[in-house]
Amino acid sequence: MTPNLPRLQNVIGSGIVAAVGLWVAYVSYTQQPSEAFLFPRLIATVFVVLALWTFGKACLGWTKVGNGISISQMANLTPGLIVTLIYIFWAAKGLGFYTATPIAFFILLSLYDPASHREVKSWLKRLFITACFVAVMYGLFAKLLKVYTPREIFF
Amino acid sequence: MEFLYYFGDVFTPINFALLMLGTIGGLILGATPGLSPTMAVALLIPFTFQLEAAQGLILLGAAYTSTVAGGAVSAILLKIPGAPANIATTLDGHTMAQKGEGAKALQLSFLSSAVGGVFGVMLLIFLTPVLAKWALAFGPSHLFWLAILGVTVIGTLDSRSVVKGLLSGCIGLWLSTIGFDDIMGAQRFIFHPSLGGGINIIAALIGLFAIPQVITMFAKGRRNDGAEVITVQKHSILDAMKELMRNKRAMGIGTITGSIIGLIPGVGGQIAGLVAYDQAKKFSPDRDKFGTGHPEGVIAAEAANNAMVGPSLVPLLTLSIPGSPTAAVLLGGLLIHGIFPGTDLFDNHPDVAWTFINSMLIGQILMCVFGLYVAGMAARVAQVPQSVMAAVVLGLAVFGSYSVQSSMGDVYVMAALGVMMYFLERFGFSAAPLVLGLILGPIAEANFIQGAMIARATDGLGPYFLVGPLNIFLIAVVILSVLYSAYMELRTRRYTSKEEIMA
Repeated sequence: MTPNLPRLQNVIGSGIVAAVGLWVAYVSYTQQPSEAFLFPRLIATVFVVLALWTFGKACLGWTKVGNGISISQMANLTPGLIVTLIYIFWAAKGLGFYTATPIAFFILLSLYDPASHREVKSWLKRLFITACFVAVMYGLFAKLLKVYTPREIFF
Repeated sequence: MEFLYYFGDVFTPINFALLMLGTIGGLILGATPGLSPTMAVALLIPFTFQLEAAQGLILLGAAYTSTVAGGAVSAILLKIPGAPANIATTLDGHTMAQKGEGAKALQLSFLSSAVGGVFGVMLLIFLTPVLAKWALAFGPSHLFWLAILGVTVIGTLDSRSVVKGLLSGCIGLWLSTIGFDDIMGAQRFIFHPSLGGGINIIAALIGLFAIPQVITMFAKGRRNDGAEVITVQKHSILDAMKELMRNKRAMGIGTITGSIIGLIPGVGGQIAGLVAYDQAKKFSPDRDKFGTGHPEGVIAAEAANNAMVGPSLVPLLTLSIPGSPTAAVLLGGLLIHGIFPGTDLFDNHPDVAWTFINSMLIGQILMCVFGLYVAGMAARVAQVPQSVMAAVVLGLAVFGSYSVQSSMGDVYVMAALGVMMYFLERFGFSAAPLVLGLILGPIAEANFIQGAMIARATDGLGPYFLVGPLNIFLIAVVILSVLYSAYMELRTRRYTSKEEIMA
């Protein structure tokens, strides 16, 4: 096992995959009509064997592949991931695509842009990039492709 | 020579404009580190919905070809390969740029890409119809095994762990069964209303390739990763052509190696480039100069990674088995237009098939011409901060997946699969076999059910699926690919352990 590989993370990760495999197998072998689950049963059998093998290896610390996630990586990605999930699962539908997208875009840019947060110039630059991006998206999707996105509060 | 009949179709105004757009866009996207060819093609798919099948494929094919070549720009000028296929190009290309030969390295890279690419597409033109006719002999059991072969070959060869690669393939196959069963109409694994219609392939492709990349950029934090671009001095294109002629051996090795590797499903451009570089080095009298800015290194690597593109589509267009993850995305692009690869493609849609293939041939030349002019601009695009890139890709992924069926369900599925894939990748799973499972799952299931019905009326399930020369051959290839990959994995581990002990 590589020294930087967090064993617990691998156990949790492969444990979740094994649990999904067992659920797939349970559903495939118990649901009716059984004819409809012929192919899923075939897959589920292989799925469970491989998933349990991987889980067993992770528990024994024999996992060789996969570096897991370091604490610093987790700290870096968490704010972005939260913004992304709020944007996709609530804001895009709740506020409308053309309201939620610039907000999410600007927040992500502000969170991860290496430029200073104290300079007015860098904030103006972020605003400008956000405006350009939304204009391009509107031109591409609303005008060119005629995609009617949820509009909700403003647009 | 049927392809000549459809050659003119490439030059209709709309088709040619799309070809140029795909080529220029692909060169710029390819030069952008973090935007892999697969992700670029996946993000482009929503833009093809309103186009005719041939037009959509022209755009996707041009983007596929030129993203691989465009990756050389950032490899040479920034020492950051734009795509995994350009890793070998970095070895000599960047050193040449540091020595003030950046323009020469770029010219050699685009010229050799074009030569390799044209050869690869010629192979595609001549091999595809023959293999497509051969595919007529395939019954349901053979098609079932072919689909399984596609998943296992990519699962084992494209992953660092055979078991995790196969497991990724199984997850993809399972995901493909979600929704209503085609024959009985029964609900399967619908644990959320968004999954009622099954998992949309395009939304899944966007999520599986784009979202992990976005989260990976987040994980790097507020890092100033703007690489310094090396200034390019002018260099005569004629001199570059003469240089290429002087290095015919490297050119030939790269082209042939790339073409052969492209034909093997699951082995990508990264391997083609590295193997060609290694072989060119072995056969060169100047092997000591490799790694110090030697033109042969750039020529062999770039000829190989573009020669791989055409042949990687041969198994896709004949047997529905994509030769690379990007080819898997192209398969998704074909299926959304209701076109199935194989004899159906060449018998019922020859205009689509040949216009697409011919456009790839012309695309290679356009890529070379535009590449030389766009290189400077592409290198500047490559300096775009990752924060901007992550936000742009996220926005495109959301809008792109929504536009598939104007359904928020697709956006949720895209996001859920993308986040899941990021964490799975951190634990050694890979997206390519999962995508293959998702795409080939319905083909495998339909043929399995059809085969099972035939088997019940004849010899029974076992003899029908396991007996017969073609079944045995396909099963043997499945087993051999797994065993070979397991052997290679063990060998690599032993080698790594020895190195660790020595250190």
